[in-house]
Amino acid sequence: MNLNTSILKYIEDVKSGTFTVEEFTAATLQRIKDVDADVHAYLSLNKSAINDAKKIDQKISSGEKIGQCYGFPISIKDNICITGTKTTCASKILENFIAPYTSTVVNRLQNEDAVITGKTNLDEFAMGLTTEFSAYGPTKNPWNLDYVPGGSSGGSAASVAANECLASLGSDTGGSVRNPASFCSVVGLKPTYGLISRYGLISYANSIEQIGPMTKTVKDSAFLLNIIAGQDANDDTTIDNNHVDYLKDIENGIEGKKIGIIKEMTTTDGLSSEVSTATKDAINDFESLGASCEEVTLPTIPYTVAAYYTITSTEAGSNLARYDNIRYGYEMESEGYEYNSYISKSRMKFGPEVTRRIILGGFVPSAGHAGKYFLKALKVKSKLISEINSAFEKYDYLIAPTAPVQPFKFGEKIDDPVTLMLLDYNTVTANLTGKPAISVPYRVSDGLPVGMQIMANSLEEKSLFQAAYALETKTNLPEVPL
Amino acid sequence: MTKIGLEIHCQLTKLESKLFCSCKANYREFKPNHNICPVCMGLPGSLPRLNQKAVESATSIAMALNCQTPEKIAFFRKNYFYPDLPKNFQITQLNVYGDMSVGGEGYVDVEGKKIKIRRIQLEEDPGRLIYEGASDRTKITLVDYNRAGTPLVEIVTDPDFDNPRQVRLFLNILSDLLENLGVAEPGLEGAMRADGNVSIEGGNKVEIKNIGSFHDLEKALHFELTRQQSLAERDIEIAMETRHWDDRRKITISSRSKEEDQDYRYFLENDIPWVKIEQDTRDVLKENMPESISSKKERYIQKFDIAPQVAEIIASDKYYSKLFENAYSEHNAKDIANLITTDVIGFIDTKEKQETSKITPKHLSDLIDAINAKTITRNSAKVALQEIVNSGKDTKTILEEMDLGQVSDSSEIDAIISQIFEDEKQAVIDAKERPETVNFLVGKVMQKTKGKADPVKTLELIKSKLNQ
Repeated sequence: MNLNTSILKYIEDVKSGTFTVEEFTAATLQRIKDVDADVHAYLSLNKSAINDAKKIDQKISSGEKIGQCYGFPISIKDNICITGTKTTCASKILENFIAPYTSTVVNRLQNEDAVITGKTNLDEFAMGLTTEFSAYGPTKNPWNLDYVPGGSSGGSAASVAANECLASLGSDTGGSVRNPASFCSVVGLKPTYGLISRYGLISYANSIEQIGPMTKTVKDSAFLLNIIAGQDANDDTTIDNNHVDYLKDIENGIEGKKIGIIKEMTTTDGLSSEVSTATKDAINDFESLGASCEEVTLPTIPYTVAAYYTITSTEAGSNLARYDNIRYGYEMESEGYEYNSYISKSRMKFGPEVTRRIILGGFVPSAGHAGKYFLKALKVKSKLISEINSAFEKYDYLIAPTAPVQPFKFGEKIDDPVTLMLLDYNTVTANLTGKPAISVPYRVSDGLPVGMQIMANSLEEKSLFQAAYALETKTNLPEVPL
Repeated sequence: MTKIGLEIHCQLTKLESKLFCSCKANYREFKPNHNICPVCMGLPGSLPRLNQKAVESATSIAMALNCQTPEKIAFFRKNYFYPDLPKNFQITQLNVYGDMSVGGEGYVDVEGKKIKIRRIQLEEDPGRLIYEGASDRTKITLVDYNRAGTPLVEIVTDPDFDNPRQVRLFLNILSDLLENLGVAEPGLEGAMRADGNVSIEGGNKVEIKNIGSFHDLEKALHFELTRQQSLAERDIEIAMETRHWDDRRKITISSRSKEEDQDYRYFLENDIPWVKIEQDTRDVLKENMPESISSKKERYIQKFDIAPQVAEIIASDKYYSKLFENAYSEHNAKDIANLITTDVIGFIDTKEKQETSKITPKHLSDLIDAINAKTITRNSAKVALQEIVNSGKDTKTILEEMDLGQVSDSSEIDAIISQIFEDEKQAVIDAKERPETVNFLVGKVMQKTKGKADPVKTLELIKSKLNQ
């Protein structure tokens, strides 16, 4: 059975009886068994996946009303809650946390008859760009197991790329969907802030993060967004999208559209020559599709990474304060401790990157330092928003490579936090401004993927998909060698 | 000059649900940790959902306290670790970056002095720590999160009070006002709490925390003033500090914790978007706001010529004013008001009694009409009232059953007087010589008729008999 298929093709095949949901699910689980010891995309598997598949088959054979998903297998990043399952955030501090409720996104998927395969690996609490900061060991890049898959949604990207599911949900705080999508050659969308409910997503930096679909094709991304987007009574920050159909008219093309090439993101020293070449070719492709491209400058961009880390650390310091191991967490003998010594001890379970950001988050917004750091970062954010808003008055899309480099080897950058942070350079702008951005697999060069990022104005996902789909038609990518 | 300021916390107990989830705002009837959910427990991945009704209640309070109410409000996180705080931050409001809390710059009139309200903010109550069962050997603290997330309004005054008495008057006015608004029940235990800050001429400001009741607040303020004055007399500097009220020893103690230095790292709570309070909403709130106590009082005095003290008592109590408003008609308003303050209050002076009392506005108007028609006496009315409160039977039935009808038939009273003149010969002689002793004879008639004889007519008849 060919597991390297799209959701839309899968649904056709199930409808036409080419295979049953159970058959496809069983094959997917077998694939996980075969490759995941090497890839390590999953932290836990859904033990009732086959049963869930059987129920959907029964629905189909009995002619019952069936959800739009027809039982396609999807993995979920392990910072998104599902009732009764462990949700660890790849942290030792949540080693035994079993969520008592289900996130809105998973609810919507289950209501439409998707089959959850399991929970995928990530950098601890989604802080990182390689999954090397997972407390349960890194995920490998299916394109070359010696290389990082990107992060923090590395497990999600790898599970899709390695055909261990048809799609995944990741979360993107500064590029955590798009970066691993680029590194593993899958499609990754960071939607407009507020388009997808965060209810059940364990917060890292709640003012800028969003859940996003990770898929094999642009159409699959639009299909998934149709299901999970829209207002949610459990999340006050969600916005009404008027039930837009993102799949409809996706092939309309981009004839006559105006594209801004972000100068600051395409001319940095950190940009590798392969990525630079790919970007030039992508620009040519856009022009051959009838769009006009020109360089645009957003002068605040050089300050965005610093602002991003200042804001996210501040929010992380607050969001992660609740992990005091009192109401839930892991086994720890409490005898002999009073409150303060107990929580200091219990919080030692956080890994190095999380600890680094919590410490930073205690400092940058503190009295006497807020003016120099946190408040300044907020100013950068609002300046960036006004710059990008005026850019979108002129351009339909803003483009740049998703990451300045291709995947690198394990251990290469983990000891150099600043270099690691610069990997976010091209992605944090979409988070700080709340704009939607998508990473489209563009090339595999020397066996390693390169992704292109397209950004659009708020709530312009429909148009964003049209551009992404148009670019996708220009590519011809090899199959993953695994 | 003595300066006292207050920080009052008031739970919005009249709301159905907590500030950010659908658990009950009235947590008191639950077993520990049975009024909780992922949101108020701050479980990973949960998000706050703002209770819009709480915003409306808090806005009403702000308007009733003559505050400015901004068009948009925001929430902030106050970050600190404490076991009663499930998220280890509290969602509250802050005005440092502009006016973003539900209200500010208001005032309350206390005996002609304007006590300024600095700000009013809406926030969540933390859980409750219970030290019961803990001994010196096993230092165990229990946490009950039922209260966590209860909507709380914080009211901060300027240091405008000159003395503890003013503080007490202010708090009485404030609790009456909150109750009158129908947003809070200040009488419920722990529903209204206050911290104070005190300074004397030339001294630093001292904050007092951990005060359990308004009664203790007054004591704590007194203690603190005396302490500061005695330090000043001996030229010892009064340190700027936070002191805790020791409820057992009734003194304030310097809190050695570094609470004052704590850095709360306030920043915007982005999970709750800015809340717009449209002019329409404010108009509706204003329109639906019950009449204020002071305007009610003024109306009673002006319109019905009710004595100011009587008007004050009725206007400031929701139960009595409701009773009054539904009982009076133009001609008997003053009488009904007097009946409430002289007699009714005696029978129903507590919340519990008010709840069980069977008295209705109609009872009051019937009674007053009976008194005015001289069907019964004032004394009998009082006896009847007791029965009304207990049984709730209608006035006429009670008067009949208890045989309380007034005796105003002259011949009937005359017969009784003749009998008394026989029995009290000396008193009759005295009354003839010294007319002021005539009341003794009137009293005898009343005794004989169990207070039912028309007192005016009785006196008239006795006088004419003495003159015969």
